[in-house]
Amino acid sequence: MALLTISEPGQSTAPHQHRLAAGIDLGTTNSLVASVRNGVAETLPDADGRHRLPSVVHYRADGSVDVGEAAREQAADDPLNTIVSVKRFMGRGVDDVKRLGTELPYEFVGGESGMPLIRTVAGDKSPVQVSADILAALRQRAEQTLGGELTGVVITVPAYFDDAQRQATKDAGKLAGLNVMRLLNEPTAAAVAYGLDQQDSDGVIVVYDLGGGTFDVSVLRLNQGVFEVLATAGDTALGGDDMDRLIAEWLMREAGIQGSPDHGLQRRLLQTACRAKEALTEAEETSIELTLEDGRDWRGTLTRARLDEIIEPLVKKTLAPCRRALRDAGIDRGDIGEVVMVGGSTRVPRVRAAVGEFFGREPLVDIDPDKVVAVGAAIQADILAGNKPDDEMLLLDVIPLSLGIETMGGLTEKIIPRNTTIPVTRGQEFTTFKDGQTAMALHVVQGERELVEDCRSLARFELRDIPPMAAGAARILVSFQVDADGLVSVTAREETSGVQAHIEVKPSYGLTDQEVENMLRDSMEHAKDDMEARRLREQQVEADRVLEAIQAALAADGDEFLDADERAAIDAAVEALRAARGGTDHRAIKQAIENLESVATAYVDRRMNANIRKAMTGHAVDEFK
Amino acid sequence: MSSVLTQNFFELFSLPVRYALDRAALDSRYRELQRSVHPDRFARAGDQERRVAMQHATHINEAYQTLKDPLKRARYLLELRGRAIDDQQTVQADPGFLMQQMDLRERLGEVREQDDPLAALDSLAREIGSLYKALETELASALDNEAQDTEQAVALVQKMQFFTRLQQEAQELEADLEDELL
Repeated sequence: MALLTISEPGQSTAPHQHRLAAGIDLGTTNSLVASVRNGVAETLPDADGRHRLPSVVHYRADGSVDVGEAAREQAADDPLNTIVSVKRFMGRGVDDVKRLGTELPYEFVGGESGMPLIRTVAGDKSPVQVSADILAALRQRAEQTLGGELTGVVITVPAYFDDAQRQATKDAGKLAGLNVMRLLNEPTAAAVAYGLDQQDSDGVIVVYDLGGGTFDVSVLRLNQGVFEVLATAGDTALGGDDMDRLIAEWLMREAGIQGSPDHGLQRRLLQTACRAKEALTEAEETSIELTLEDGRDWRGTLTRARLDEIIEPLVKKTLAPCRRALRDAGIDRGDIGEVVMVGGSTRVPRVRAAVGEFFGREPLVDIDPDKVVAVGAAIQADILAGNKPDDEMLLLDVIPLSLGIETMGGLTEKIIPRNTTIPVTRGQEFTTFKDGQTAMALHVVQGERELVEDCRSLARFELRDIPPMAAGAARILVSFQVDADGLVSVTAREETSGVQAHIEVKPSYGLTDQEVENMLRDSMEHAKDDMEARRLREQQVEADRVLEAIQAALAADGDEFLDADERAAIDAAVEALRAARGGTDHRAIKQAIENLESVATAYVDRRMNANIRKAMTGHAVDEFK
Repeated sequence: MSSVLTQNFFELFSLPVRYALDRAALDSRYRELQRSVHPDRFARAGDQERRVAMQHATHINEAYQTLKDPLKRARYLLELRGRAIDDQQTVQADPGFLMQQMDLRERLGEVREQDDPLAALDSLAREIGSLYKALETELASALDNEAQDTEQAVALVQKMQFFTRLQQEAQELEADLEDELL
């Protein structure tokens, strides 16, 4: 297990139990679930042997839901209730979604928190709910295949996802009843899959990830099991879907289709385009058949050379982020060890050729570009679940987009620049500009542009209860924390009085905690489950985790770091927690956990310090001159 | 036992408190430290332990970023010696230096009008880089010499800050040009 430096498993109830964990690639077009079984990470197929689950959800009037292949079959007949590529809407506002393209057949309605809802016969669905339905299907597949409940999962996200998009993904996991141990960046996952595959691959790795709807490029350094992301760049609205759209436009011109086609023809156009693109991976030319609105069949031919021309603008568009990532990483093209290809769209020959040309080396394509991300996520999930106590692998990621706040005149002031290693905390001091001012509004944004309106709005905060003082006398320290998942949180304190200012978080395009809670409650009622039972289960899991961790710790070094009184206090709190754990009151369990944590605070700090010192032993003293 | 959170950054990495830096040692110790405290190593632990782990991982990242960057390291060292630099304070630079800055800025502004803007920018960036490097060498000796000329070091740091801003602008221009031309 991952706890500190323990070699002995202590007295935990089941020390060598293998915990079921899975890695989930929640993709724009397809999703996959993978797990480590018998030491091998592999994607899990459904009952029909299919690994890829199309990221498509179909809603029926009776409330039943189809996911995957079954849903995709409905796409042509019932386009309005069949949601595809929902990942593109995650964490986005209504206006953003409209900007994504007018080709979308769905009817969007504005949600309360600015999040777009898709109108279906089964009611208005948020992108988070649709994603949760996909995740629930994958969860079911994994639990059936692995034969038990999942301890936890790692869900991958494009490296270039901003806070709102990450939060939406995590919320979807929660809604699907998953314990999301970590959000992992897709390119990092791919590097893990390759890095552990090839033992001597220390050096700089570039991951070029062109999926259905997103493009990412990351520059990483691998050094003895530590993956350090140096820089990442990309475009969250660029991918294979855009290629399909360009091909579909070409088809329309060729077939002489005027005006805007109906939804049915739109689907057929895109499907035909996609099939032609895939056929041209192997073939030099492919014949095309398309049924038009009037029932006529149109026939034509698309050659590889013509396809290359059609998609060239998109391929070129991916190279600008490549240049930026290298510049940010301070890496010359000559220093690159490997280039890894990820995402189904990297099968397109023109893409491979352009990437090879740009980086001056043949890209790696050994692992199936559709599966590599899920495989990497499964490896990380296995380690986080505690199945590989001796594993030295560690992932150090960065924040992909600068984090800033709005200042006077609608300008952005950057607080944490992009590509800063996470977790990170930065503070910024503010003051009041009026006598007796007791509140202050803050607008947090993410992005690189000067003007606030060109950046992504993350949240608006209001600081209240500032003690009234003369203008400029109050010193309000606002701290921005970005955790290892890339999720942002903010705290504020008035320094002169020590008053913790009250913060109201209102995510610009996300769900408030209350909304997530409500959605959970709704889905519970649906499944005839009970919120109380769920809470109890959650607290029991947390209690088990805390008990196991403290027991292992005490067995390892309790005598070293604790005197008799301290030890007795902790033992008593452990007993109390164990007693509460045996009961059915989730509040009592929560309280007992908090009590144990408070009693053990000094112990935990001492262990962490000792841990750091241990890591530094052997380097000390003699190196000081 | 004092907490590592209050230790100075050099001691945290078991490095001598001076400007000259063994970069390879810093990098490898950074990885060792993160391996011992990163929240991912505590995924199975309770909330409290994970919070503490995150706090330490954050601190180590901060320390690493500070020591890795020549200017930040210099400022931090000056701060440890009781001479924190106030950014609000107006900088007194010699007229020769200001003239040089104006000249470089002017040339940066004219890059776009050159026949080959990217090549022109590249050569200008190299010139800026070598001027910066020369200041850094001076700074290293001001900070690490027995005499420890703190005021000279402060002046050099302030000059170098002019250059980093210039370098940033050059980089932004390079990004813009590449996006436009390539």
